[in-house]
Amino acid sequence: MNILVCVKRVPQTGGRIVLTADGQAIDTRFLGHTISPHEECGVEEAVRIIEKEGGSSAVLTLGPAGAEEQLRDAMAIGIERAILLETDGGEWDPVSTAAAIAETIQSQEAASEPFDLVLFGNEAADTGDYQVGVRVATALGRPVINGIKEIWFRDDRRAVFARREAPGGGWETYELPMPAVLGVKEGLNLPRYPSVPGRLRAKRKEVERVALGSSPSGALGLGAGEDAADGQGGAVPGPTKLGLRLPAEERTAATILGEGPDAAPAVVDLLERVGVLAR
Amino acid sequence: MSGPVLAFVEHAGGEPDRLSLEALSLARGLAETLGTTLEAVVLGSGGEAVAGRLGPHDVARAHVAADERLDDYAPAAWGAAIRAAVSATSPAAVVAAGSERGNEVLAHVAARTGLPMAANVVEVTPGDSWRVVRQRWAGSLLEDAALDAPIRLLSVAPHAVAVEPAAADAPAPSIATFEPDLEPADLVARVVGHEARTEGGISLSEAKVVVGGGRGVGSAAGFEQLQVLANQLGGAVGGSRVVTSLGWRPHSDQIGQTGLRIAPDLYIACGISGAIQHIVGCKAAKRILAINTDPDSPIMAIADYAVIGDLATVVPAITAEIERRRGTPA
Ligand SMILES: Cc1cc2nc3c(=O)[nH]c(=O)nc-3n(C[C@H](O)[C@H](O)[C@H](O)COP(=O)(O)OP(=O)(O)OC[C@H]3O[C@@H](n4cnc5c(N)ncnc54)[C@H](O)[C@@H]3O)c2cc1C
Ligand SMILES: Nc1ncnc2c1ncn2[C@@H]1O[C@H](COP(=O)(O)O)[C@@H](O)[C@H]1O
Repeated sequence: MNILVCVKRVPQTGGRIVLTADGQAIDTRFLGHTISPHEECGVEEAVRIIEKEGGSSAVLTLGPAGAEEQLRDAMAIGIERAILLETDGGEWDPVSTAAAIAETIQSQEAASEPFDLVLFGNEAADTGDYQVGVRVATALGRPVINGIKEIWFRDDRRAVFARREAPGGGWETYELPMPAVLGVKEGLNLPRYPSVPGRLRAKRKEVERVALGSSPSGALGLGAGEDAADGQGGAVPGPTKLGLRLPAEERTAATILGEGPDAAPAVVDLLERVGVLAR
Repeated sequence: MSGPVLAFVEHAGGEPDRLSLEALSLARGLAETLGTTLEAVVLGSGGEAVAGRLGPHDVARAHVAADERLDDYAPAAWGAAIRAAVSATSPAAVVAAGSERGNEVLAHVAARTGLPMAANVVEVTPGDSWRVVRQRWAGSLLEDAALDAPIRLLSVAPHAVAVEPAAADAPAPSIATFEPDLEPADLVARVVGHEARTEGGISLSEAKVVVGGGRGVGSAAGFEQLQVLANQLGGAVGGSRVVTSLGWRPHSDQIGQTGLRIAPDLYIACGISGAIQHIVGCKAAKRILAINTDPDSPIMAIADYAVIGDLATVVPAITAEIERRRGTPA
């Protein structure tokens, strides 16, 4: 089995988001970064599958030089190879991101062996575009399904089974012939923490780099735009970010019911008042 | 004259889905602004009956692919069908619900056409350049963006737009049936098995009271006290990502951006700091009571009520007080 996981580096925002003065980005001066949570589970799953089935695993990200940190995090828990599509740090729209990832997968596969599975997150935690995995799969002509919380293989190892939650509750199962693409969700597994030796090993490993630079602003591919609606030309990039802002929030100071266990009668009064406790 | 606005309507049990009605609501406003008609695309054998109910939502025409291969969910095939409706109508925009399926199917339409797609939009303003306001970080952050393409694809963020149907006796839309050309490849990713929900107590997403626990609960065993309180209130227990990452609770109990969105009458947040990713999952609660040792924790900014103190003593005191008032020993 040969597996690729595509991960995105996102800021580890906490209690509140602070934007840069120009409103173009999250102020990350005092924040760490992490692999977007759905993809963290994708990384763990790839490691588990290779431990069980044998084969090889790789992780890929499109991002700034600093995203090397997330690639090493993935290698620290057992991913073998890492590929960084290095940008100048500016944001890439999902159409351009997908095009660059699809192209890299094609060149990687031409140079070695095809990926039986490519794992994406269901959506990136920051931009939440809900599309990069589907675009890459479509460009590669591979079947794709999102929202996956369980993965197993058919006995002949030529197809993958994948399960996701059904809209009204319960589960639905899909069976995809490989090579296939899956968009996974947190809850797929419980990712392990890297061990110290794992971290040290990851530190010494090569990261394959491809310099991409700034996001393409024009249309991608020949004749893009004109025939886009007919699927004939290339793709039209977008949406184009103009700025970010925080939603208006209705903040009201909390009514303090008391301190410590002495507050219990006031709490139970409240429970009765709002009708969640039968008198 | 601009082409119509085409809305993709998901349905179950003969009724349009709630989130699709929200999408129709935004689509209808957009059609009015553009001075064009609102049309719908409905898929599957039951499509015609559902289409017939869309009159009060101002749908003038419904395109129905009553193909039974579209009855079960198959995102690429659904995308291909919508794409066929797009070719037939040359719409100014295609609007879907920001549901799991809505976003996925629209992504297939986008991938097939090479058009850009804006997910989880809350506002759209057409013009020389179209402007959208869309959600990032599950709604903790808003993005102003330009969406410029011959056809604009957008999904509507859940619960951001009110559903306002017109008179119930509004005329039913005219129905145009169509047969999309489906390739075998379009039908590869489709549901091959269903499993019903295993009934086990009150589900977190439907509970009227949710008792949530965070790192402050201290251990898996610490949740027993929270469970006692939840039982007394006929509610369910949930938690933050910290407690699911630590393995104190299963991921299915996680509330937040990468877990469940809940909307109970009362949410009791115990030992939870109130990170933005947690808040997006619980802010739809009618009331929030926070129990926290730190009066300055961010949860206080969204809580309606608070008890400052150690949950390990506060929660048992509450359960004991409930028992006392009920006249049975704790
Ligand atoms: C991309 C991304 C997605 C995320 N998705 C989610 C998500 O879906 N859901 C989610 O919950 N988080 C999510 N997170 C994590 C989130 O940022 C926070 O780290 C997490 O919510 C914090 O959990 P907590 O409040 O339990 O822990 P902490 O932040 O550590 O807070 C513990 C709180 O308990 C209080 N406390 C401690 N001891 C006691 C005591 N004895 N009695 C009373 N109070 C006490 C402390 O004062 C503090 O306020 C996500 C993060 C990222 C980066
Ligand atoms: N810059 C990126 N680098 C690598 N993978 C990405 C990047 N952006 C998105 N992805 C992948 O595509 C998935 C869906 O992203 P999105 O369509 O942006 O919500 C993510 O969960 C990632 O797996």
